[in-house]
Amino acid sequence: MMALKISVRNVLRNRRRSAMTTAAIALGTAAVLLLGALMTYIILDFQTSTVRRTGHLAIFKQGYFQFGSGNPVAYGISGYTSVINQVLRDPELAPMVAVATPMQTVFGIAGNSETNTSKTFMGQGIVPADRLRMRRWNAYGLEVSTGTKPPLQADDGGIIGLGLARMLGMCEELDVPDCPRRPDSSAASPQTPSEFDDLIRRESQAGNAEPSQKRRVDLLAATAQGAPNVVSLQVERAEFQGVKDLDDAYVIMQLPLAQRLLYGRGEPKVTGILLQLLHTDQIAPARARLSALFSQDKLDLEVRDFVELTPFYKQAVAFFAFIFTFVALVIGVIVLFTILNTMSMAVMERTSEIGTSRALGVQRSTVQAQFVLEGTLLGIAGATFGVLLAGLIVVVINHSGVTWTPPVSAGAIPLQLYLFNNPPLVAGAWISLVGIAAVAAVWPAYRAARLPVVDALRHV
Amino acid sequence: MLEVQNVSKIYLDGSVCVEALREVNLSLGAECFSMLVGPSGSGKTTLLNLIGAIDTPSSGAISIAGHNITSLDDRRLTAFRAKHIGFIFQNFNLLPMLSAHENVEYALLGTDLSAAQRRARTAETLEAVGLTQHAHHRPNQMSGGQRQRVAVARALVKRPSIVLADEPTANLDSAMGASMVRLMREMQAQYRTTFIFSTHDPELMRHADQLIFIRDGRVELGATAREGSTP
Repeated sequence: MMALKISVRNVLRNRRRSAMTTAAIALGTAAVLLLGALMTYIILDFQTSTVRRTGHLAIFKQGYFQFGSGNPVAYGISGYTSVINQVLRDPELAPMVAVATPMQTVFGIAGNSETNTSKTFMGQGIVPADRLRMRRWNAYGLEVSTGTKPPLQADDGGIIGLGLARMLGMCEELDVPDCPRRPDSSAASPQTPSEFDDLIRRESQAGNAEPSQKRRVDLLAATAQGAPNVVSLQVERAEFQGVKDLDDAYVIMQLPLAQRLLYGRGEPKVTGILLQLLHTDQIAPARARLSALFSQDKLDLEVRDFVELTPFYKQAVAFFAFIFTFVALVIGVIVLFTILNTMSMAVMERTSEIGTSRALGVQRSTVQAQFVLEGTLLGIAGATFGVLLAGLIVVVINHSGVTWTPPVSAGAIPLQLYLFNNPPLVAGAWISLVGIAAVAAVWPAYRAARLPVVDALRHV
Repeated sequence: MLEVQNVSKIYLDGSVCVEALREVNLSLGAECFSMLVGPSGSGKTTLLNLIGAIDTPSSGAISIAGHNITSLDDRRLTAFRAKHIGFIFQNFNLLPMLSAHENVEYALLGTDLSAAQRRARTAETLEAVGLTQHAHHRPNQMSGGQRQRVAVARALVKRPSIVLADEPTANLDSAMGASMVRLMREMQAQYRTTFIFSTHDPELMRHADQLIFIRDGRVELGATAREGSTP
């Protein structure tokens, strides 16, 4: 108690220096917390948008993840509705699952007979109602838009990327922005397959030539039996997909349409079943349970999580973690040297007192502990003020209405720093800064304790 | 009580060896009020530092209350000082951020006393030096004489075997100095402690039971009557 009293008074003795040191630690702590809060927000926002799109887990036929993307038809899941029902009725899984929805991946060629253009596409057949529910997932309470655009309406309705719409010459019909006049198609794409042109022409002639025909796209793909098949997609709108390569090729359609394209009149299958859980923390138990069920029922299925399905997510998280660590280290070093300097000056100024204490019978270890305690007190004060400062700044920013556009996002969203719901970040930063302050005081404290008593007493 | 045998102390000042003490021999009995007298640079402070176990002799041995302190490591020497040695410094050396009471109690931190015992002992000692009313004053709120009284209380509070006072009146006027010496004598008598008091003030020598003259690092005269005769 006496030691604490002495330390507090020593800290308060040179108020200006202690205030400056505390301010430096507080600024360092606040900087680390603000950066951490921003990084956390970006990662959680990214996770939220990813989980809204892909769910947490995906059930595939064994081998699809590694080999199936080149030929999704070969890895179709038969009887997928029974698998979904089994998941939703399982007493362990059901409380964790928010949405279980099938999807079918399609690759092929999209063509517009009106403009005589075509482009390879990558598409997905989905259940719009399920996707609408998935878009509402917000386990972290972020102010992230759930989207105002309606899901697909018509049975043959679809959504395509802005880039694909531009390439198919559908700028006016779909209100595509930044859509200059297309270069001469004969020069730009002389490789349009003549068989595909013929097929499209036949389909167009067989169908109705109504005004809505201008918003129609014909999709060509090989069926499970290897025969070419064509379906007509009524494009309801074009949406930016975030990444140009994806935007230039993406097609979303109703699941039955995709199944009709790939399986014709055969048994409809799906490429995968997406599971969106109530919370990301449930991935491990849900995955384990699914694996147990598949093993028990001898189903040739495997489970992948969204991190495996979206390698960019993992890379982005690692990138942000690296930046955070680097900046935090730099700040930590600055704080360390600030404390080191302050405590070294304190030792120099109090050399005579150190000599007196030692002459009175105070052990070296006690002197050393005294200075480390003083450094720690400065750290506690600075880190605590830093937390309060960061909290204040976060409140101001979160209520300022500032917006930003995250990477791989279609639009701007409100900027929110994720601090108050993030106890590990706050506790981690506080403990780290206090720890740095304590460690920084060790060397000056060691020097103080090792001063020869006679020399210290003689010091003026 | 105190045995100093063939003690020498050599400092290295740059590349020059300075012999501060030369083959000093000294023997003091218990409960003795001794004055160490000599001109500046004669080795008074060096001898007090060695006896006070805050410095180590280059050769020779020092024994206090039956303990040979020259063979102890730093931890044991510190513990020995905490229990057996009281210091009174010329500049008082009070810790500025502590009150008079806390300064005195601070000297008891290295002892086995409980907090309650420490407080009681501190209050008793402060009362003995007449500072009860100033117990909660900080050093900068007290006069030089009051500060030195706190220093005396701090030196005596642990009831040490020996109290070493290195020119404790040098920063006081003559009346205050004489008053301080009288106080120390009273305390020495009350607590039956051995005092060694260094000074070069002839006026104060008459208060000593024993005078120890030191010149050029040598003790010239070991024992003199209280009347204050000089060599």
